[in-house]
Amino acid sequence: MSNILELEHISKKFDDDLVLDDLCLEVKENTFMTLLGPSGCGKTTTLRIIGGFTTPDEGRVLFEGRDITNLPPNKRHLNTVFQKYALFPHMSVGENIAFGLKISGKSDQYIRDKIRYALKLVNMDGYENRDVNMLSGGQQQRIAIARAIVNEPKVLLLDEPLGALDLKLRQDMQYELIRLKNELGITFIYVTHDQEEALTMSDTVVVMNQGYIQQMGSPESIYNEPENAFVATFIGDSNIMGGVMLRDKLVRILGVDFPCVDTGFGTNKPVDVVIRPEDVVLAEPGKGRMDGVVSHLIFKGVHYEMEVQAGGFEWLVQSTSMFPVGQEVSLNVDPFNIQIMNKPESEDEEAVVIDV
Amino acid sequence: MFKRKWLTAPYLAFILCGTVIPLIAILYYGFTDQEGSFTLENITAIADEEHAKALGLALLLALICTVVCLILAYPVGLILRKNASGKKGFVVFILILPMWMNFLLRTYAWKALLAGNGVLNNILGGLGIGKLNIINTPAAIVLGMVYDFLPFMILPIYNVMVKIDNNLIEAAYDLGASKGKVLTKVLLPLSMPGIISGITMVFVPAVTTFVISQILGGGKIYLIGNIIEQEFTLNGNRQLGSGLSLVMMVFILISMALLNKFDKNGEGSII
Repeated sequence: MSNILELEHISKKFDDDLVLDDLCLEVKENTFMTLLGPSGCGKTTTLRIIGGFTTPDEGRVLFEGRDITNLPPNKRHLNTVFQKYALFPHMSVGENIAFGLKISGKSDQYIRDKIRYALKLVNMDGYENRDVNMLSGGQQQRIAIARAIVNEPKVLLLDEPLGALDLKLRQDMQYELIRLKNELGITFIYVTHDQEEALTMSDTVVVMNQGYIQQMGSPESIYNEPENAFVATFIGDSNIMGGVMLRDKLVRILGVDFPCVDTGFGTNKPVDVVIRPEDVVLAEPGKGRMDGVVSHLIFKGVHYEMEVQAGGFEWLVQSTSMFPVGQEVSLNVDPFNIQIMNKPESEDEEAVVIDV
Repeated sequence: MFKRKWLTAPYLAFILCGTVIPLIAILYYGFTDQEGSFTLENITAIADEEHAKALGLALLLALICTVVCLILAYPVGLILRKNASGKKGFVVFILILPMWMNFLLRTYAWKALLAGNGVLNNILGGLGIGKLNIINTPAAIVLGMVYDFLPFMILPIYNVMVKIDNNLIEAAYDLGASKGKVLTKVLLPLSMPGIISGITMVFVPAVTTFVISQILGGGKIYLIGNIIEQEFTLNGNRQLGSGLSLVMMVFILISMALLNKFDKNGEGSII
């Protein structure tokens, strides 16, 4: 698969605020890529640079190998679904969808067929003549998607399109988007701060913070093998603690030696250790590697969430079996569930910059 | 419980005395002769050459004034929509600053500026460009009208312009629209309510003015407002004055009805 889109050494400042710093990103054809990060991490600016609404101070944007850095948005073969839908209030549903087609001078018959096809695709058959102002948020979002895809863009940009919807609708729309992406066979670039959305829908997740790409990879690798503490805390819950890599495949955490699978860190090297709460195995006292006492217990539906005081650390544990508060337990972790990371090189730079 | 609707009593009384009663009086006088018996003569008097010409000229000059105001105000609205919010307030302040001064004073100022040996001509003469003889012509009246009424066009247009969501503009560009298409397909339709109310607020006072035409027309150019004013004051014929006023009102209502056809949602109209 070739790259449909490449960002080369993009930097962008707003006033004195460096929003993107030497960002490089390659987007493969026909992937669902998500830019994930907290607000202010530069993800929306990245999307706006791709869409042509913001010009980078430095760097180039390549579309199918062609430099489009200075091309205005109306000359780019990609379309955007805006966060607040941005439907034209003075037009009907059909007129909204037809907007781009009319501008490119398509025939009336073609436009009529396209509107019908797009409405069917987003499950809104028969809404052509409705007033867009009378639609619910979810329906407006579908129309915004229909309006973008009728133009047959090669890349669809989506800027937190589900942010304003309620939880149930958001989950339904996630499946719809995956289905749409597969039916259309085009590239989606999706911006969100919601890690669950990112993990559910994407082929590739790009975790961003402070204008840098922190990690890029499949949802599984981002979740299971976070490369730094930022990614580990941002994606899901985790226990992050300092440790010492004694030698290959052995790490000392809170004074206890745990076998692990990581190699190549050297000997007696201080590291950060991430252990996901669902990977902590609780058992009767003495049967694990450390003993502790349950200090908190919450029922979460699928599992119980407990806090266990052990080795001077408050461990977050998720388990389907319940241990009451005050109970003495032992903790154990399988070697391949222990994720070792290099410590950040400086204090202000929470995470190391990763070249992609 | 205290009935809140009584709070509107002062306003209702004011409207009753200031608008409803005078309107009834005008209707009464408009359809009666000096002896108080019914007649249509005051209405049909509009067909007199002098009156018809004055009405026609008033409509024409008001139309020109409205178009000029629109041409001047709309780009201002477009520019203000884009600019940083901090400066917007200041620019609008500058634009409406003339409204703070009595419009009679401003009109007299134009008379002094435009006069045959007035300030403007002295400067032009000094530069060797020659004289500009527009005082006491319809052109001077239109200039005065535009100057006096321009803020009433800018404000409503500005108000709708700044409320247009920038996402809509970006969405239009995103869908392939050029700058021209964004203007005609998105900005113009969405700012229509402001344009309509601007046109209304400029056209109606312009059509009925008699002070601007008197001062800048040198008392030689008669608009329908001047005729009506003279019937009431100089000639003491309040019956004819009322009849002509009614005709003028009908013309204004027709103009507004035509205008409303362009305003689908009826957001901008005042009637």
